[in-house]
Amino acid sequence: MILVFAESKDGKFKKNAFEIALLGSQLAKERNQDCAAVVLGDHHQPSELSGYGISKIYHVNNSALNDFDDFAYRDVIAGLANELGANTVLLSHTALGKALAGRLSVRLEAACISAVKGFENTGGQLRWVKPVFSGKAFAHYEAVAEKSVVSLIPNSLSVTKAEVSPEVEEKDVEFNKSKVELVERNVVTGKVPLPEAERVVSAGRGMKGPENWDIIEELAEALNATTACSRPVADSEWRPHHEHVGQTGIAIRPNLYIAIGISGAIQHLAGVNNSKVIVVINKDSEAPFFKAADYGVCADLFDVVPKLTEAVKRFKADNG
Amino acid sequence: MNILVCVSKTPDTTAKIDFTADNKEYNEKGKQFIMNPYDEWYALVRAIELKEANGGEVTVINAGPASNDPILRKGLAIGADKAVRIDVDSRDSYHNAFQIAAYAKGKNYDLIVAGKETIDFNGSIFGSMLAELMELPFISYSSKLEYKDGTATVHRDVEGGVEIVKVSPPFVLSAAKGLAEQRIPNMRGIMMAKRKPLEVVEAVEAGERTRIQEFELPEDKGAVKMVDPEDMDELVRLLHEEAKVI
Repeated sequence: MILVFAESKDGKFKKNAFEIALLGSQLAKERNQDCAAVVLGDHHQPSELSGYGISKIYHVNNSALNDFDDFAYRDVIAGLANELGANTVLLSHTALGKALAGRLSVRLEAACISAVKGFENTGGQLRWVKPVFSGKAFAHYEAVAEKSVVSLIPNSLSVTKAEVSPEVEEKDVEFNKSKVELVERNVVTGKVPLPEAERVVSAGRGMKGPENWDIIEELAEALNATTACSRPVADSEWRPHHEHVGQTGIAIRPNLYIAIGISGAIQHLAGVNNSKVIVVINKDSEAPFFKAADYGVCADLFDVVPKLTEAVKRFKADNG
Repeated sequence: MNILVCVSKTPDTTAKIDFTADNKEYNEKGKQFIMNPYDEWYALVRAIELKEANGGEVTVINAGPASNDPILRKGLAIGADKAVRIDVDSRDSYHNAFQIAAYAKGKNYDLIVAGKETIDFNGSIFGSMLAELMELPFISYSSKLEYKDGTATVHRDVEGGVEIVKVSPPFVLSAAKGLAEQRIPNMRGIMMAKRKPLEVVEAVEAGERTRIQEFELPEDKGAVKMVDPEDMDELVRLLHEEAKVI
């Protein structure tokens, strides 16, 4: 049995919930096992997970689980995994997953393999493929334990639907809470969070100042992308800290990363080098970022970015 | 406050990444090694600041061979009071957390800190494993920590912002950018570090739970395709037809 933990926010599944369900069902098919999902807290529609290959959804419908608490989540997920005899528990490598995976694995006496991008089956031996050395290489991991807790980097799989309609079962599992008290949450709403964004428009010091960000916002809006920035921009407080991508900020792997006015220092590349397609716009033809790019435009960003926005809008108008 | 800071040795940020001929291990030949930046810049420095403000002692700890001693000496030069090395070849995050938990249990640390991840294996699991082994609360990815009247107020980074939590010691914390500012050891610190204790302790029995079978380098991307700045329709066409991302 494979158990996937599907994350929710405000009673709705996060995008990574569908991805982790899909990974679980792919692994289940490979091993000829069943895959169940667990959903925690108040939830509008747990059955929304239907169609991603899950055979059963367990809903622990208790509002005390609405906010993340690592003790409570550990108790419920480990409790359910033990009850079901699950040998693999899958999570997303999100802020929540990073806080929980290690703890859960110790409780389950399981191997813990975090931040994977997928698995491969080599002659019956399952190996998890994980970016290492800040995206500069990959390692193939094997579990040396009967059970495994594995976390998947968001945006690693393209989510497609399959025809399965799982039953939803309401479930009670006992838990204790930690002594950590959440006093305030200060999070932007209404935007796709950076680690889950399929398209990201990112800008650096070449922007000259925070007052010039309109052209970045406009391009991002045209592309339905999330905005990001380089370290000097966040350090100068031109943009909020949570937008900073790179070694010391967050690591992302969108389908499209457009870097505008960012030179491409090795520490910045470490956070974005697993992006599927990289476009670099920079007026300095010697900018190191061009070496890591798929497409480059060597020009003044203030001139070329509005033109790109117009071109995207024309494309969208022509292609509905 | 008595604080334990867990530090790792990693290849330098700019070190070339290549592997032994069988692709089983990182090729250490000719490489520079450093203290994992998140351990050094954020975890250790914030620990020293807390000690300076509240009294107590900062211990840096590493589970590794004698060749890791320079990392611990650097921790002492930056301002830790003593260093401990558990004499073992660390095998994976679990093995490492198990060794450090075995040492720390019963020593009544108020706070145990490590960086949010190491820059070599990027796992982000050590802190929460250690917290579970020690049966302590854990705050991950902390970018701010204030301590007053026995309570810590901590910012933890989450997608799109921060959550602010309150917790009383003892607890385990992983450190992210913002928690402190890097300190460069001065000559006096380096001289004093030589006289500070570096204790070597025996490892406990423990196994690993994961194994790396193989490393691989990413495929070469090929040369960048330059697009005429006057023809952004062409770039959009390439992103749609060739790259298939819009």
